[in-house]
Amino acid sequence: MKIKILKDLKSGESGKISKIDGGHGMVNRLAALDIRLGSAIKKLSAGVMGGPVTIEVNRTQIAIGFGMAKRIFVEIEDSGK
Amino acid sequence: MKILLIGNPNVGKSVIFSRLTGVRVITSNYPGSTVNYTKGYMKLAEAQVEVIDVPGTYTLEPTCEAEEVALRMLDSGDMVINVVNATNLERNLYLTLQLLERNIPLVVALNMWDDTRHLGINIDLDKLRKMLGVPVFPTVAKTGEGIKALVDNLPKAVSPEMPTRSHEERWAAVGNIIENVQQVTHRHHTWSERLADASVRSFSGGIIALFVLVAAFLVIRFIGEALIGGVFDPFFTYFWLPVLIQVSALLEGGGFLHNILIGTLIGGNVDFVQSFGLFSSGLYVPFAMVLPYIISFYLVLGLLEDTGYLPRLAVLADTVMHRLGLHGYAIIPTLLGFGCNVPAVLATRILESNRERFIAATLISIAVPCAALQAMIFGLLGAQGWKYVAIVYGTLFSVWIVLGVFLRQFVKGFTPELLIEIPPYRLPPWKATLQKLWMRTYGFLVEAVPMILGAIVVINILFFLGIFETIADFTAPVVNGILGLPKEAVTALVVGFLRKDVAVGMLAPLALTAEQLVVGCVVLAMFFPCIATFVVLLRELGVINMLKSAAIMITTALVAGGLLNLML
Repeated sequence: MKIKILKDLKSGESGKISKIDGGHGMVNRLAALDIRLGSAIKKLSAGVMGGPVTIEVNRTQIAIGFGMAKRIFVEIEDSGK
Repeated sequence: MKILLIGNPNVGKSVIFSRLTGVRVITSNYPGSTVNYTKGYMKLAEAQVEVIDVPGTYTLEPTCEAEEVALRMLDSGDMVINVVNATNLERNLYLTLQLLERNIPLVVALNMWDDTRHLGINIDLDKLRKMLGVPVFPTVAKTGEGIKALVDNLPKAVSPEMPTRSHEERWAAVGNIIENVQQVTHRHHTWSERLADASVRSFSGGIIALFVLVAAFLVIRFIGEALIGGVFDPFFTYFWLPVLIQVSALLEGGGFLHNILIGTLIGGNVDFVQSFGLFSSGLYVPFAMVLPYIISFYLVLGLLEDTGYLPRLAVLADTVMHRLGLHGYAIIPTLLGFGCNVPAVLATRILESNRERFIAATLISIAVPCAALQAMIFGLLGAQGWKYVAIVYGTLFSVWIVLGVFLRQFVKGFTPELLIEIPPYRLPPWKATLQKLWMRTYGFLVEAVPMILGAIVVINILFFLGIFETIADFTAPVVNGILGLPKEAVTALVVGFLRKDVAVGMLAPLALTAEQLVVGCVVLAMFFPCIATFVVLLRELGVINMLKSAAIMITTALVAGGLLNLML
């Protein structure tokens, strides 16, 4: 088990959200899109030069601003190796 | 009786609304395409009931203006049709549970039902009905499947007892429902998903974006020019011109009535651009110069909207837009502005903070020329050489960047981070896409054409009364001194408040050099919004911010126009 910041995840890596380091507003905005503690997510593409990170939650693609992606922590699934 | 259509963004509420009421509304494939409510009527058990298409919202705790509209509407309704995206029950049911706590009779339309099959999603409808305690009906809004069953069962809408829950309790309840009613089987990626992945990655996405935008521009130009050269201009030249020549002869080539109807003869002939009469320029400008570009622009925009490409563009634009105090989603109102600034300013409601809305609305009004204005710039300046058209666009783009950077420094408030749902790519629903094109073209015909004709009459009367001369003398120091234009050009700036396309047309008879025409077009584009945009700006920003915005517009226009005058 390893915890990584969402922005540092590799494209294609998936895991469960373990911590959201933000205020009420940010937590609520994310929650409305079903990005909460425990949500299973998969990173689709990285934000280069401060661009948004794209993830998949429940078959839906969501783009998250880089500033937020720096404050979301993800527990990486064991790849079984 | 008032029925509200409520649901997450981009689940098809507007399409269902059209099916229920027969009222045509503009629908697109991106979250936030409806920012204001639309009203319509349907028959229900022999009674006329009001149906309202409410902007999409993820939660009843609003995060932007469009969502606040949704919340306000809720208090006034008698029944809710909760439109749910069947392919994403988890997130959609959260809002459903919030709605159930509100004591308002509810039915659920489980829309995009057809997509669940090939996505390998299996939903147990009976169990879902039982667990929610309300009627649930699968629908496919775009084909109309299931709409009749939904309508027939509207009277069965109920408001079951539901405890008020905390966030966590509500999510736990959603989780519980999902576990009981939904099964997802694994399946392979489709080609459209691969393309979807590629178009948000910064490198491949950047190349795709460049390709899409260049292609869009070329197609708009090609179709616009083809319509002008192949259809509209020949019609005017071969059929309408002979009629006008007859009428002109009948009116003996001059006089007040001749001036209003036919306009001034240029070298003894009727000139569609320069004569400026009601039946000459008054018809030629809207139909043979502007309309072709309205059609071609909205066709291309409609395709971009309906495929679901725009949110991807927003992701790619995010980094640049943050430099301007905006986030990537502001690219959508900006693109709409290239059609007409009015819906563009309205669309700034999808932005979360007042600061963003102020910056976006101001930048659109100043630096984003509408299709009508662009068509005239192409028509007049294009004839002098495309280099000059490029200077106009280059100037407007630079102003957009520089002013944006400046506003980001000085406008107080915050700009939140981008957080958007990216819809799957879809093939445009051709019928709906063409219908949307027709609605927008029709909108231009009924709103703009009478305005253009009215403006031409007013202009001729003002000329006749000599009022323009007084204004021209008064403003000569600015117009002539700073902008280097003949003092008569001020008439165009004044008319720009009515219609910018007509205003550019007024520059035609002034015998300006290409450089002066460039200055004129740039200043006209930036100086002040047209009256229709002004009204929505006033409503959306409020009086004080509108005044600030207007001051910025006038200053920027004079600075940019003055600099161009010095440099060219």
